[in-house]
Amino acid sequence: MTLLRYIPLFPLAGALLNVFVGRWLGRRAAGLLACAAVGLSFVVSFAIFSLLRATEVLREPLFTWMEVAPLKIEIAFQADALTAVMLLIITGIGLLIHIYSLGYMGHDEGMVRYFAYLNLFIFFMSLLVLADNLLLLFVGWEGVGLCSYLLIGFWYQDHANAIAGNKAFIVNRIGDFGFLLGMLLLFWEMGRQGVWSLSVSELQNITHLLRPERVRLITLLLFIGAAGKSAQIPLYVWLPDAMQGPTPVSALIHAATMVTAGVYMTARLSFLFSMTPETLALIAWIGGLTAFFAATIAVAQNDIKRVLAYSTVSQLGYMFLAVGVGAFSVAIFHLFTHAFFKACLFLSSGSVIHALGGEQDMRKMGGLRRYLPTTYTTYLVATLAISGFPLTAGFFSKDQILWAVHSSPAGSTSLWTLAWLTAGLTAFYMFRQFFLVFHGKCRVDEPALAHIHESPPVMRVPLVLLALGSIFAGWLATPEFMWGSLWEGWLEPVFSAGGVANHAASEDEILFMGVTLAISAFGFLLAFLFRSPENKIAEWLSRSAICRLLAGKYYIDELYDFFFVRPFTASARWLAQICDPGLIDGLVNGVAERVRGGSLLGRQLQSGNVQHYLFAFLAGALALLAYFLGR
Amino acid sequence: MTDHVLTYMTFFPVAGMVAVLLLPRERHDLIRWVSALFTVPPLLLAVWLFRNFDRANPGFQFIEKFDWIPAYNIQYFVGVDGISISMVLLTALLSFLCIFASWGIDKGVKGYFALFLLLDAGMMGVFVALDFFLFYIFWEVMLLPMYFLIGIWGGPRREYAAIKFFLYTLFGSVLMLLAILALYFTTEPHTFDMTQLIAQSDRYGTTPLPFWPFDQLRWGFQHVVWMALFIGFAIKIPAFPFHTWLPDAHVEAPTAISVILAGVLLKMGTYGILRINYSMFPEATGDLAFWFLGALGAWNIIYGALCAMAQKDLKKLVAYSSVSHMGYVMLGMATFTPHGINGAVLQMFNHGTITGMLFLMVGVIYDRAHHRDIEGFGGVAAIMPVYTGVSAFAIFASMGLPGLSGFISEVLVLLGAWQKYPVLSVLGASGVILTAGYLLWTVQRVFLGATNEKYKTMPEINGRELFTMIPLAVIILIVGVYPSVVLDLLSASLEQLNQAVIPHLG
Repeated sequence: MTLLRYIPLFPLAGALLNVFVGRWLGRRAAGLLACAAVGLSFVVSFAIFSLLRATEVLREPLFTWMEVAPLKIEIAFQADALTAVMLLIITGIGLLIHIYSLGYMGHDEGMVRYFAYLNLFIFFMSLLVLADNLLLLFVGWEGVGLCSYLLIGFWYQDHANAIAGNKAFIVNRIGDFGFLLGMLLLFWEMGRQGVWSLSVSELQNITHLLRPERVRLITLLLFIGAAGKSAQIPLYVWLPDAMQGPTPVSALIHAATMVTAGVYMTARLSFLFSMTPETLALIAWIGGLTAFFAATIAVAQNDIKRVLAYSTVSQLGYMFLAVGVGAFSVAIFHLFTHAFFKACLFLSSGSVIHALGGEQDMRKMGGLRRYLPTTYTTYLVATLAISGFPLTAGFFSKDQILWAVHSSPAGSTSLWTLAWLTAGLTAFYMFRQFFLVFHGKCRVDEPALAHIHESPPVMRVPLVLLALGSIFAGWLATPEFMWGSLWEGWLEPVFSAGGVANHAASEDEILFMGVTLAISAFGFLLAFLFRSPENKIAEWLSRSAICRLLAGKYYIDELYDFFFVRPFTASARWLAQICDPGLIDGLVNGVAERVRGGSLLGRQLQSGNVQHYLFAFLAGALALLAYFLGR
Repeated sequence: MTDHVLTYMTFFPVAGMVAVLLLPRERHDLIRWVSALFTVPPLLLAVWLFRNFDRANPGFQFIEKFDWIPAYNIQYFVGVDGISISMVLLTALLSFLCIFASWGIDKGVKGYFALFLLLDAGMMGVFVALDFFLFYIFWEVMLLPMYFLIGIWGGPRREYAAIKFFLYTLFGSVLMLLAILALYFTTEPHTFDMTQLIAQSDRYGTTPLPFWPFDQLRWGFQHVVWMALFIGFAIKIPAFPFHTWLPDAHVEAPTAISVILAGVLLKMGTYGILRINYSMFPEATGDLAFWFLGALGAWNIIYGALCAMAQKDLKKLVAYSSVSHMGYVMLGMATFTPHGINGAVLQMFNHGTITGMLFLMVGVIYDRAHHRDIEGFGGVAAIMPVYTGVSAFAIFASMGLPGLSGFISEVLVLLGAWQKYPVLSVLGASGVILTAGYLLWTVQRVFLGATNEKYKTMPEINGRELFTMIPLAVIILIVGVYPSVVLDLLSASLEQLNQAVIPHLG
């Protein structure tokens, strides 16, 4: 069966067609073509998902990519349960985002270019999850970085967008630097065992032969890459700025693709990461801290998309928290549910922004419930899901993470306290946003109010589908005391090496759930109390120092600028403008000058004056005479 | 015809030069087309060579050899092996494309194209010559037309740049000439035949210099000759601190000459080191490669990238990026692993295509705006979308984006370097961040942002300009996806070279 290759092939073909003949196709046809390409990929992915037996791994080698004996790296695809799930998310949610974009970008002049980039994004992302070896994975890895750069800076005429795109790419590159080093180290470590392919399956076979201290370093370096791509401390700074792109792009980057790559990579190499408790502990802490840290920032933001951006960082922190305690399948499960509700939130916010003619400041919204009934409903569903309202998708996945942190030997009290606090903060900032946007007094500017309208069906249908997913996606994996988990059984063969969360003590689990719910409810209650921006306490709080610190995002960007960017650019300037032309080239020109000076001096001797020559002749003769006489 | 393939490839351009000289000076278009015509046969022969090159044979192929000046045992001796074949192909291709990139030259057309064709012959000769004397002659033949091409058809400071280029390279040539003579007189019977010199490469081992005070450093005759040759070649690469002629020469040279300079001439430095230093002095190479190629290469990567970051002139930026990217070649050469050295020679080829494209890109916009000030553009993407697309392709290739050719060679170099010199590998790998930094910042300032009113009416890239860039783009993509097309050519010879040096590594 050689189906796998078609999954990346269709979007690639779509992208190429749109690049080369898109301008003759027209905007509408270009958009439909792109949707069709992803649709076909989705169909193939679904076929693979349904055909794949639980323990089976499909493998599809295409050709040898590079061969320098002994190194031999193939272009080869593989698909197991994990890949199949990822493919469904990427192509499925990707397809919905494509369809939504038909409406959202319908009036944009760059629509053809937009859809070409979007298809390319799906291509690289599917390549990433299908790759059989790490180097091919890296192609997808960098490729999504490229596409995010192109899409974030899509409206490139605005300087800020171009800068945000740069930032995304460069911060990702810093992560990729770590990833690359990890790969180099792994390559030689595998080479010691006679395997020179970087193939994941072959790596799995020889994992037990690798030296643990090397594996520790390898996993640490690879995690730097994951932290870059999946926006974890300290490399999360690019993601909030990535909001500069068109809103469906934010949904694509934040929900279905790109940011999930880091989580996927750690899950794909779970057998390697499981070998090193130290790395896992670090990942758990980074994840937990990122979750909490980003949630606190989200509390004080006023841009509708920025709140969602920080919530993505926070939710990704949850996923890494799960990875860190060895609950890989739970991490992927949260990735899965998060894909639905976050895509739904972003696209709904896009619907709001679209309706208001581009307004993103929540202080200029309010009371939109009346104008945007469908968006209101989908937003509400997704907000409930992300806050962990019972029986929604987020409820199940977040609960499993908390439970895994509690029950795993790698977890600790401080970690789940952090996770709990984050759950409360999530409910608070999400409902704060919800109330600000949809309830209360309408604060929309007059001109925008006149044009306010619900989005067309082509945008509403994806919203509704995603909202349904935000509820029912979670039902695939429920606690033991409900109807159990399909998910664990599906992914278990992939993660057999990793620690699996303990499901025995279901009473503890119910108690745990109760506490989580209580904390989230408290967050909701606070948001409800402070729902109006005119609220006295809220106003007083917003002027406090702590709130300013949060609104300023802890001034991390400024710190990075001061400690890294400036010294670098300054030293570059010094090298380029002083050292290189002055010192190095100065040395060269100096040598030339000295030679010239010496020659000028030498020229004096050749004065052409006979008396000078005679004098020199006489002086020489006398000197010789004196020498011989003196002996 | 196939018996003398390399000779034809080398001397067709000379015939072209003669033809051009016979044409009336005012028939500009005729001169251009005749020049183009004479670069086609070498290109076709290059394709033939590519198809018929025996990939399994590590030795020299397509050899032609006969006595030239028997009194001094000087021969006309040419041939290719895995070290030179990719450079021969690259030279044929870039020479052909650069004729079209020179179409806009309208001052002294006849002289320009005549000199260009002579330059073409000289470059080809350097890569195929297997007699050291012949090699030296071609080396000098290439130098002269370059001097005039920069000095007459260059920018405002062309004379300064041309003289600097000339003196610098001449300084290297003199050192090389001394080395050649030293080699000649230490062989018995005296010979310039490179294959003989390589075969006798073990003869220096035990002759320490009589006046060299530091015996413990094991410096002997061959180390001195090695250094003399190295400095000559390092100037060409250009390795720090001998690189300062490059930005000046590039900035002043016309577009096509910049392409040739970066695409072909720089490679002569690393090619010479592989062909001569490595093959003829394996022991000295083993002693000196770490510092003078490995460490210096890593330094080149970082230094070039940092310098590029703060440039204001677009062409200068690309020139410094060359300094940085040639660092990967040096680093890869110093590893003596199959990955590293194959990666190094592949990087020579890739740098030729990628940087060639970048200089063509600069040329296109310079022809329209008549300046290269990075800050002086802005929003070009809106005015020239096709141009922007092609340029972005070249820029991302230069950044080492996976799937394009630069990535393959850089990864191979870093893989190779990691085992021997992990620290250098880390330094080299950090180049990926810096490169992304300066290139993206350039994209942002030139192509993105609000459109500069001054350039609203700039015409889109035309068919001729596209014609010069698209073949390079296609090659970059093919090598990125299927690098075996080039790697297969190299690996046998490079393996042999590696094996010669490895026993002498410290």
